[in-house]
Amino acid sequence: MIVDYILAFIVGGLICALGQLFLDFTSYTPAHLLVTLVVIGCILTGLGFYSDLIDLAGAGVTVPVMNFGFILTKGVLMEVEQSGVLGLFTGVLEVASAGVSAAIIISFLIALIFKPQE
Amino acid sequence: MKKLGQQTVQFDNSPQIISSASIVGNKEFEGPLGEYFDQVLADSYYGQDSWELAQIKMTEDVIDKALEKIDLSKSNIDYLLGGDLLNQTISANFSARDFPAAFIGLYGACSTMIEALGLAGIMVDSGAADKVLSFTSSHYQATERQFRTPNEYGDKYPPYKQRTVTGGGALVIANQSGGAQLTEVTFGKVIDLGITDAKDMGGAMAPAAADTILQHFQDTGRSPEYYDLIVTGDLGVVGKELAIDLLAEKGCDIKSNYDDCGVLIYNANQKVGAGGSGCGCSAVVTASYLLPQLMCNNYKRILLLGTGALLNPTISLQGESIPAIAHAVAIEETGSLSSGIGREDIRDDLSTSIVDMSGVEEE
Repeated sequence: MIVDYILAFIVGGLICALGQLFLDFTSYTPAHLLVTLVVIGCILTGLGFYSDLIDLAGAGVTVPVMNFGFILTKGVLMEVEQSGVLGLFTGVLEVASAGVSAAIIISFLIALIFKPQE
Repeated sequence: MKKLGQQTVQFDNSPQIISSASIVGNKEFEGPLGEYFDQVLADSYYGQDSWELAQIKMTEDVIDKALEKIDLSKSNIDYLLGGDLLNQTISANFSARDFPAAFIGLYGACSTMIEALGLAGIMVDSGAADKVLSFTSSHYQATERQFRTPNEYGDKYPPYKQRTVTGGGALVIANQSGGAQLTEVTFGKVIDLGITDAKDMGGAMAPAAADTILQHFQDTGRSPEYYDLIVTGDLGVVGKELAIDLLAEKGCDIKSNYDDCGVLIYNANQKVGAGGSGCGCSAVVTASYLLPQLMCNNYKRILLLGTGALLNPTISLQGESIPAIAHAVAIEETGSLSSGIGREDIRDDLSTSIVDMSGVEEE
């Protein structure tokens, strides 16, 4: 039990630390980092490693944004199994829909309420 | 006036600066020069709906202030010379739309104030105009979202990055007696040594500043000691050191009497990276700090440079390097005081300090 927490801490921390190094030592912006992590998540899922990672580190890999890549790819893989190549298009947002919609709706509401400050 | 060397114009009847005004944001007010500025904005919106509108209002107000300080009306001005950093120089264009004088829009990025000052001098000395108002402005949040990323995006702030000054400055140049006078202007060449990081403006602009300084000395036959102060517009901490090094390589030592408006305007603990930048930086420091010092005899002669990074966000993203430019004006004291230059209490303080100093010398 306690080992799970330690693993989540180490793996999650490692991902974030690598992200921080990426930001500090390259001229890329946070958006580049975000996209890079999502793409890595997609690739790991496609190769079949991501589920194992989740079994190993739990929240350590489901909380960082890499997990979004996992969700996108998992949706595609599920749909492709059921409806072939068309699943590539119908599956992307299958599982991710909740996350994407929540982001859009909440951003919209926040933009309505608040004004950018100094 | 006459041509001197390659890039310098020497005035016959030195055009005079009769009024200077500045408005700054909070951050600039909290800096070491805070007490010198004429007005401070309560917040970055200045009662407007957007930062761009705030910059336009700030520009209009600083123009009004420069006129108000010497009881001039808008109809006394022959030409407006101005520009700024926003796309199509809208702050300058929009603030000139209710002004009953001819307007000449300029773009020299952060060198705009000095470009405008030099051209105003030429217009006044040639007799093309009696009174010219030169002005410019910049706004941190508005500039940041146009040239880099919006602040809400939360991009990192490397230590060599400079903060665009929120501020506007306006100067009235005339053919009558004023508090400071222009003696020469040296317009600069565009210099590009291949810096591609849009956050490293100081590094991109320092070679241009060094080039113009050398050219000025070559054209006039002067050396750095001729001036009490050589001051660049917005090289910041990084660019300032680089400019000193570049000039030292050419055998020109300016270390003892050189400073930079971008370094002067903020305290080191204000979390502003390498210092100030933007059109407003050299404009407000010149209008409210350098000119009053000059008028009150703390300096007799200064060489003032405006330094501009001539980039554009689209071409930057395509990986192009940043061309830069620097224009220089030589300004001298006139021996007379003008009520238009500096804030009243600052003028009194400065005059008192001079009296005190001369008292010490007599002992």
